[in-house]
Amino acid sequence: MFYRRAGIRFTRYGQERQIWPLPLDRRIMLLILLLALAAPYLLDRLYLVGYLLPWIIWATAALGLNLLMGTAGQIHLGYGAVIGMGAYGSVHLVRAGAPLELAMLVGGLISAAVGIVFGAAALRVKGLYLAMATLAMQYIVDFVISHVPFISGGSQATITVPQVRFLGIPIVGDAAVYYMALAICVIVTLFMLNVRRTSFGRALAAVREKDYAAEVIGVDTFRFKLLAFWVSSFIGGVVGSVLAVCYLRSISPDQFHIELSIQLVAMVIVGGMGSVLGSFFGAALILFAPIVLNNLIGFMADSMEMQISTDLRAHVPLMLYGGLIVGFLLWEPLGLAKIYNNMRNYFLVWPFRHAQR
Amino acid sequence: MDWLLIAELGINGIFVGLMYGLVALGIVLIYKTSGLANLAQGALAMTGAYATWAIAVPLGVPIWLAIPLSLVAMFGFGAATERLALRRMIGQPVIMAIMLTLGIEIMLRGLLPGFAGAAVKRLDIGIPGTPLFLGDLLINRATMIGGAVSFGMILLSLLLFNSRLGVVMRAVSDDQTASWAVGIRVERAIAISWGLAAASATVAGVIWGATQGVDWSLSLLLIKALAIAILGGLDSIPGVLIAGVIVGVAESVATGLLDPLVGGGTRDIVASVIILLTLLLKPHGLFGREHIERI
Repeated sequence: MFYRRAGIRFTRYGQERQIWPLPLDRRIMLLILLLALAAPYLLDRLYLVGYLLPWIIWATAALGLNLLMGTAGQIHLGYGAVIGMGAYGSVHLVRAGAPLELAMLVGGLISAAVGIVFGAAALRVKGLYLAMATLAMQYIVDFVISHVPFISGGSQATITVPQVRFLGIPIVGDAAVYYMALAICVIVTLFMLNVRRTSFGRALAAVREKDYAAEVIGVDTFRFKLLAFWVSSFIGGVVGSVLAVCYLRSISPDQFHIELSIQLVAMVIVGGMGSVLGSFFGAALILFAPIVLNNLIGFMADSMEMQISTDLRAHVPLMLYGGLIVGFLLWEPLGLAKIYNNMRNYFLVWPFRHAQR
Repeated sequence: MDWLLIAELGINGIFVGLMYGLVALGIVLIYKTSGLANLAQGALAMTGAYATWAIAVPLGVPIWLAIPLSLVAMFGFGAATERLALRRMIGQPVIMAIMLTLGIEIMLRGLLPGFAGAAVKRLDIGIPGTPLFLGDLLINRATMIGGAVSFGMILLSLLLFNSRLGVVMRAVSDDQTASWAVGIRVERAIAISWGLAAASATVAGVIWGATQGVDWSLSLLLIKALAIAILGGLDSIPGVLIAGVIVGVAESVATGLLDPLVGGGTRDIVASVIILLTLLLKPHGLFGREHIERI
């Protein structure tokens, strides 16, 4: 009913290979893009800066991690450290006077260089060993960031981000900050949508399914594992600089600890591994569910005179992250994207279910 | 070079390492039977400590009774975790099961401090706080007793593998399908190994809770336990003993010698460095069995 799949039959391969083969999907995407562009004029400042901005930034980061975990099938528990390296690299460059565009790219390259080191572990080990290697590396990078004064500026220091210009536009005010984050988000999203249609994406999928088998059919596993880490870490570094410039405004080592990595892993799993749309869903759920639940608990405490300790409210996010990861892995391993897809497939031909392929 | 200081650091490191090893024992037990690393082991230790505290302090049960009670409760908790969560992961990619244990770890880390209060709780198991002097060496009495208990527990688990149950678990670790074919209840063996892992984590949690207080930071034992389990080889219990001593001594000596140079914090990084070096140089650890993969 909503999608009108009935009557749409493709006659050329090119038509079916489009990113959004159905005309309605294209219209919806256009509408969402227009809404996203108009958001600074439609939304209250609180919602724009407090909700929409972190959502698109974290969704971009989740997309980068999803390339590694979903598309290439490599566990990465240290993505927060990668983002941190990118953020510190680009902020230091900006402070030294480099233009933001260059700083962003160099930040990405620094992250990619660190990411290659993570990836080197992936060449030796995989599966659970890789999970532990990346976990260990997260702690090591944390230690390096906070203990090298050249990077962090001292153990307890925070580094403020100076005023910058992006593509000639000064990044001041909420709208400019939002548009910059949105631009990066759109670029990364388009990249991720296209990756699976390229030979690169297909090679990653082969590596994900079984790396030995991929090697047998002629995929250079060594190269593509490293490339997956490289590309994903590059995205992480760029997101790190966007995070620093647009959202955090001043960075300190504790913002890139293991908690950030866990948050991102939770986003990828809850949203759906390997799904672009899922990264957005997952980021929204992981970012906003603790806020909503906290408000709900606060509301209950006020209205029903219940005694709820601050300890409980402080630990709501952790409970939710863990609970959501466990719940989704047990009941819907493919995440929110799969739930959305099931509904979409149902309504695609509703009420003529027999017309489904 | 102050040899007395190094000797002191080394001896205390051995005991601390054995205490870490008790947490690692659970990881090895679970890996031996089900072939997946339990990233919730730190949180299990924390849960055990909280359970003992909850039985001993708010309920007023004497500590000698509270510890066995919480051991039984945690055995049930571990087995229930396997039954309700991990068993549904059979046949799924191993990444899923690992992420599941990580999710359990995060959830427990939020649930327990959230409901029991985040302030550090004192757990008194009757070890006097005064240090012990051995000649000129100063030895922490709590870590010494803890290390001795851990050593005993790890030896006990070695003996366990000679019992009937242990033979079953060895068979399951060798080949799950083959054990199934000869009538061994594979699921039950795995559930028992989870229960034993939770129980040994509880002992570790109680010992650590007695030395540093019970709070969420007990779950940080995970990374040290992982370092020991990986260095020793994930499926080797003698490896736990030896790697535990190595990790404990390395950490203690690094803390004593390097901290003044780099300004603190080396204690948390030694375990990570050991994990990384082991995985890069000898992924299967010192005593681990080489894993042969079939397509």
